[in-house]
Amino acid sequence: MRPILLQGHERALTQIKYNRDGDIIFSTAKDQHICAWFAHNGERLGTYHGHQGALWTVDVDPTSTLIASGAADNTVRLWEIRSGKCLKVWEFNTAVKRVEFNEDGSQLLAVTEKRMGFLGTIEVMDINLDPEAEQSDEKVLTITCEESKATVAGWSYLSKYIIAGHEDGTVSQYDAKTGEQLDNTQIHEPDMPITDLQWSADRTYFITASKDKTAKLINAQDLEVMKTYVADTPLNSASITPKKDFVILGGGQDAMGVTQTDARQGKFEARFYHKVFAEEIGRVRGHFGPLNSVAVDPTGKSYASGGEDGYVRVHQFDKGYFDFTYEVERQAKAQGQM
Amino acid sequence: MAPSFDHLPDPEDEDYDEDEELDFSDLRERFEVQLEQGLDAFVVIDGLPSVTEETKPKLIKFLKRKLDPVGKVKEDSIFMPLGPDGTSEKFAFVEFSSAAEALAACKQLDMVPLDKRHTLRVNKMTDIERFGREGRIDENYTAPAIPAFEEKEHLRSWLADPSGRGRDQFVMYKDDRVQIFWNNEKDAPEPIVDRQHWTETFVQWSPQGTYLTSMHAQGVQLWGGPSWTRQKRFAHPFVNLVDFSPGEKYLTTWSHRPIVIPEEGHPMLSVDDDGKNYVIWDIETGKPLRSFANLDLPSNTTDEAGQPVKRKIVWPAFKWSADDKYVARLTQGASISVYELPRMGLLDKTSIKIEGVMDFDWAPATPHREGIKTYEQLFCYWTPEIGSNPAKVGLMSVPSKEVVRTLNLFSVTDAKLHWQSNADYLCVKVDRHSKSKKSLATSLEIFRVREKGVPVEVVDSIKDTVINFAWEPKGDRFVIITTAEVVAPTAVPPKTSVSFYCPEKVKGAGVGNFKHIRTYDKKNSNAIYWSPKGRFVIVATVHSQQSFDMEFFDMDFEGEKPESDKDLTANLQLMNTADHYGVTDIDWDPTGRFVATSASIWKHAMENGYHLYDFKGEQLREEPVEKFKQWLWRPRPPPLLTKEEQKQIRKNLREYSKVFDQEDADRGASADLAVVEHRRRLLDEWLAWRAQIEEEVATEREARGLPLDPIEGLVKKTDEEEDQVIEEIVEEIVEETEEIIG
Repeated sequence: MRPILLQGHERALTQIKYNRDGDIIFSTAKDQHICAWFAHNGERLGTYHGHQGALWTVDVDPTSTLIASGAADNTVRLWEIRSGKCLKVWEFNTAVKRVEFNEDGSQLLAVTEKRMGFLGTIEVMDINLDPEAEQSDEKVLTITCEESKATVAGWSYLSKYIIAGHEDGTVSQYDAKTGEQLDNTQIHEPDMPITDLQWSADRTYFITASKDKTAKLINAQDLEVMKTYVADTPLNSASITPKKDFVILGGGQDAMGVTQTDARQGKFEARFYHKVFAEEIGRVRGHFGPLNSVAVDPTGKSYASGGEDGYVRVHQFDKGYFDFTYEVERQAKAQGQM
Repeated sequence: MAPSFDHLPDPEDEDYDEDEELDFSDLRERFEVQLEQGLDAFVVIDGLPSVTEETKPKLIKFLKRKLDPVGKVKEDSIFMPLGPDGTSEKFAFVEFSSAAEALAACKQLDMVPLDKRHTLRVNKMTDIERFGREGRIDENYTAPAIPAFEEKEHLRSWLADPSGRGRDQFVMYKDDRVQIFWNNEKDAPEPIVDRQHWTETFVQWSPQGTYLTSMHAQGVQLWGGPSWTRQKRFAHPFVNLVDFSPGEKYLTTWSHRPIVIPEEGHPMLSVDDDGKNYVIWDIETGKPLRSFANLDLPSNTTDEAGQPVKRKIVWPAFKWSADDKYVARLTQGASISVYELPRMGLLDKTSIKIEGVMDFDWAPATPHREGIKTYEQLFCYWTPEIGSNPAKVGLMSVPSKEVVRTLNLFSVTDAKLHWQSNADYLCVKVDRHSKSKKSLATSLEIFRVREKGVPVEVVDSIKDTVINFAWEPKGDRFVIITTAEVVAPTAVPPKTSVSFYCPEKVKGAGVGNFKHIRTYDKKNSNAIYWSPKGRFVIVATVHSQQSFDMEFFDMDFEGEKPESDKDLTANLQLMNTADHYGVTDIDWDPTGRFVATSASIWKHAMENGYHLYDFKGEQLREEPVEKFKQWLWRPRPPPLLTKEEQKQIRKNLREYSKVFDQEDADRGASADLAVVEHRRRLLDEWLAWRAQIEEEVATEREARGLPLDPIEGLVKKTDEEEDQVIEEIVEEIVEETEEIIG
């Protein structure tokens, strides 16, 4: 797997997203602009300028028409992918740490930071996917996190629930219509923040990454932990691969302590685990800072990782990756179970 | 408000409540100060024969003679009351001239036999007052309760590994938990016991593996048996270090704080131990044998400011002879004190004076010198040059205290004593300086202890300084590490060379001269770890920031032997190299089959954990362990089989190994099967869940009237343009030829 190195950001990467077709990669970094890249050759498609603070998050709608971004300038912006035009700016009281479209792109959620006397919230806006149309100003739903602020959040299947990961290691399930909290479970070690939450293709289950050095596969319906992946370093990101039953975890020693040790000690590797057996399969080296975000092509052909070192590395999966199967998997396939 | 004199309750105040006065009679009784009662100079002597008025002066005279060495007594200060029948009551009161004399009399004369039938019992008058007061003693004799016999656990049960595979145990100390495991080679070790806060500072095995030692502020505890119960306790407060005798009979504990015996006494130690730092204990009884204070020696080195540098504690300070019969301590520059066990008295009641003695070491096994039939233990020592006298290395035989061999040496800077484990050889590593005292060179003086007259062979072909030396256990080969420049510890490890030596072949019995086999240059190595069974050796770089390589050597490689080595009793081969980032400790298991290398948080916080290798240097396991502190293999006692039986087993090894190989293969197969079964179950569960949830979501979608694929419709709605054809032109050079025209 020879990676393509995307050198377009000057500061630490914060999030990477593939569009649904897997041909465009969007990346955000602390350097105030969003980059769009062709996934197959790493050529830069364009950048989106306008934010006045570090960018924390980006998401692309399912039709690859719009992207939404959240930044430390307390705004969420909506952009037309093709033209790079900023279509809409929503203002908030605090920085926006996470945005996500629901499965049909009709709504957008934004997670805001707890700061300056404001509690952390999850806000929901209606979206019109037509770039020509006027976007509404109204926030249709506001969920306030009284206990521990949300760090990440996302939409479940059917846009039925909003699932949020919190700073205290708990995961909450909210009704996406009413904002009522249905469940709150201590999933990770207490007071170990959840750093990432990514969905399976059908949004019925998700994976969380945490500073407690584990990633967990959780059922969206009842928040049951189905699998636990144990790593030896704090994790910043975790992703589920389509086509193959793997998960990819990224992390590494805290950025604070990096200068004190060498790259070897930092464990700046992407780790592959088998999704069902929860066994480590392999690691991919390359970054010289912790991995802040990993993302997988929804068509299952490649994955990208973004590091504290300011680089995005795009890896096309090779034949060995697709050929790798456990014996029991081969048997199951032969019996027509899979 | 702090209570002050002004605020003490006033009995005349109306609020004053008399009941508030605390009843502290119990405390008063306990802490009552023994006031001078004028009776301190009196003692009571009991156990005298019965005398009459006539014979009384005779007895008093006799008694006076006994008492005189302790303190002068006048005849009239011995008072012997007579009973109503005219005979004495078999006791006497004696007045000494001072309380100190009375105390001395109690110590020295108590239990002294007067004649065959009478034994003196001397007690202080005040003690009899105190302890014999009415009500303190029960009138009726009650026999002391003897607890019923309790069968102890088998302390060596671990040798019979329940799996029948002869595995070894090890202890791992991490964070605040101590865990003991069976080593399972490649597989995860099997836990035996796991306790939190089992020790406060570190753990240590006894030399034959019987006990696990845990350290506490209150003292040392020994644990063992199949259920890991406490076997013994040695209450040495604030103990820092502990050392066992080789036969596990005795134990030395040391604390940098002198022992303070509190007023109310100490459960195990007595007033005599007050102010002492070392205690030597009998493990079997759990009783202290003798205690010693630190030797306070004036330091002969001073730091830059001219202040004397504090000497580092030498550990073990008390060195044991191989058979637990003697223990000795060095008084540097003056003498060696040898104590006989179990009485802990000085051998011949004096220390052995050796002027200038710098260091000494016992032979690690009972030596067998040719022509010597009587029992002996040996120790070696060295003295530096004093005036015009040369430096000396001596071998002394105990108990005869006879110096059996001395060797004179010149221009000696330092010497280190290295015994071979069977006490067959003693190598003295001598650092010599040139006349200008600018350069150093090392020579090795090897004493052949077994041979008649203890001949000394000198290996002085070494140009550089030897920084490390190690004998092959039970063998006659050794490895040295040399370096050209001895520099103060810096970040960059010094370049070193590793050299191997062995005796050359000789006709008939006997051992030939030591010959150099090979030297590996340009290394960073600084440590040598021989397999406890000999033959295999690891040369490694430990405690280093930059390099952490380990090289596994075989001294008896079974392959082809180079022509140049044909006269040597070794065939050296580098089998494997490995590296373990930040390695701090390397530990062979007692059978020499496995090696554990570890990086301890005591030294640095990077990648703490352990690696496990087999003797060939093949890595079996690797496990990062957070806050890893210690890994120690459980030692084994010496084998019970005779030499012949061991030989027999070695001869039939092929037969045995067939059985073991088969067992290993079977176990491996069944383990694999279990893993596969487990995976199959996981996969089935997963697939079942997927099928169920997919169906549920599909029904729910239908019920809500949503399309099966939420995006399909959207894409069509917004993306009505026709497909775009993108042409891409790729140039490929099929062939390139170069022609020279002209």
